[in-house]
Amino acid sequence: MKLTGFLMLVAGWVIVLASMPLLASMKSRTIFVLAGLGVEVIGLVLVVRSHVVLEDETG
Amino acid sequence: MTNLPVPALSEGASVICLVCILLVPLAAGGLALINAGLGRSRSAAHTMIASLCTLSVAAIVYFVCGFAVQGFTGQPTHSFTAGGGRWDWLGAGPFFFRRFDLDGSPASLAAGFSMLCVGLAALIPLGAAAERWRLRAACASTALLAGFTFPLFAHWVWGGGWLAQLGINYGLGHGFVDVGGSGCIQVVGGLTALSIVWILGPRRGKYSSSKMPNAIPAHNAVFVILGAMLCWVGWLGLNSVGTILFGGSAAGQTLLVIVNTTLAAASAGLAALAVTGLRFGRPDASLTCNGWIGGLVASSAGCLFIKPAEAVVIGAIAGVLVTYAVEWLEFGLKVDDPGGSISAHAVGGIWGLLTAGLFARFPAQSGSDSGQFMAQLVGIATLIGFVFPVAYGLNQLLNWLVPYRVSLEGERQGMDLHELGADAYPEFVVHTEEFLQR
Repeated sequence: MKLTGFLMLVAGWVIVLASMPLLASMKSRTIFVLAGLGVEVIGLVLVVRSHVVLEDETG
Repeated sequence: MTNLPVPALSEGASVICLVCILLVPLAAGGLALINAGLGRSRSAAHTMIASLCTLSVAAIVYFVCGFAVQGFTGQPTHSFTAGGGRWDWLGAGPFFFRRFDLDGSPASLAAGFSMLCVGLAALIPLGAAAERWRLRAACASTALLAGFTFPLFAHWVWGGGWLAQLGINYGLGHGFVDVGGSGCIQVVGGLTALSIVWILGPRRGKYSSSKMPNAIPAHNAVFVILGAMLCWVGWLGLNSVGTILFGGSAAGQTLLVIVNTTLAAASAGLAALAVTGLRFGRPDASLTCNGWIGGLVASSAGCLFIKPAEAVVIGAIAGVLVTYAVEWLEFGLKVDDPGGSISAHAVGGIWGLLTAGLFARFPAQSGSDSGQFMAQLVGIATLIGFVFPVAYGLNQLLNWLVPYRVSLEGERQGMDLHELGADAYPEFVVHTEEFLQR
């Protein structure tokens, strides 16, 4: 879960990054940037969850 | 495809810059005092010596390779072209400051200033990982931060890199704006702190068997409050230098920066005081100081481009955010951060970066403000989606080579006795026993 979370963090960043050179209109860029941030938030939730579960298991 | 202009400084601006650079080490002293004061007495000397060691390692590593990676606008860089824009991603300067005159030029002032900034960033994880992070591991981790993580992101923002060029290349306002280092210093340090705390785990006895956090009180509130006051002075220097070097401000505008920084810190401190007073019946000194620091942190990104009234609002929200973030991390996420560093620096810093997109107004001749908020979002996405995983991965690797966590026996003894062989306060016999099962 932790690795998936970190991969999603990077994937979100790549989406944000890709929107700059690939898209010309400000509207579509905004949508892509927000989508990338959304993927990062999901990744962050997964990373956080994996650590909370780990703390619960190890005590 | 354009490059950012190389900044030129008037003689007055250079002098103010030099004087303000001298104030920045006070912020480092302040952070060290806060970290020591918020920990237990059995680890106080260790925290202070670890602060001194990380500052030393950060300065040397930055001198060796950090500035070569970071560079400055107008200096050689590695770049490529994609989508009609120039992606300037890495500095290509010489190591060891070779072929580089420290003569008061903007580039040399940036080098000297950044050498102090990287030390500040390195102190942030110390507060979060206090009382369980071995000294040699802290030094090794600082080398990674000063040699790679900090300079790479600082190149993208302060060194004329791709984030700074988002405005020129893709019409996103004035590019990612972070003149005082809310992102470059504070969020980079705060996210590194979160990585290290997750690798280390909480202090023994912090969480009971029912997973509820036990209160481990700060050992010296006076250190904490004095540290917060020293940070204020240091931040006045930090923000003033940043705005001159990276925001192109004139010497006279330093006063606006000083007023905004002070107002943001003041309103943040008061907001934290009010929130803790209302919630707990009495104001909490350590949370108030964390709120104060959160206000300073949030002020840094856009302090040159906001009005004083806006600084008050930014600071007040930062103070409230930091107070709730401390509790959320401790109770909800089981993150043991004795210094409140992650809340004050990472949360406060991200809020500061957002405010530079929400409130900042730039001089009319410098172009349109349209798209500025999106440029700030791209910068924040880079911090969370690139800097954080890189910091976590590198520290995890380093943890295998140089184990981060002190032994159980060392933690029971206290870091002072275990690693330094002597207590900070040898005449006191303190300590409740947190190691008994409750």
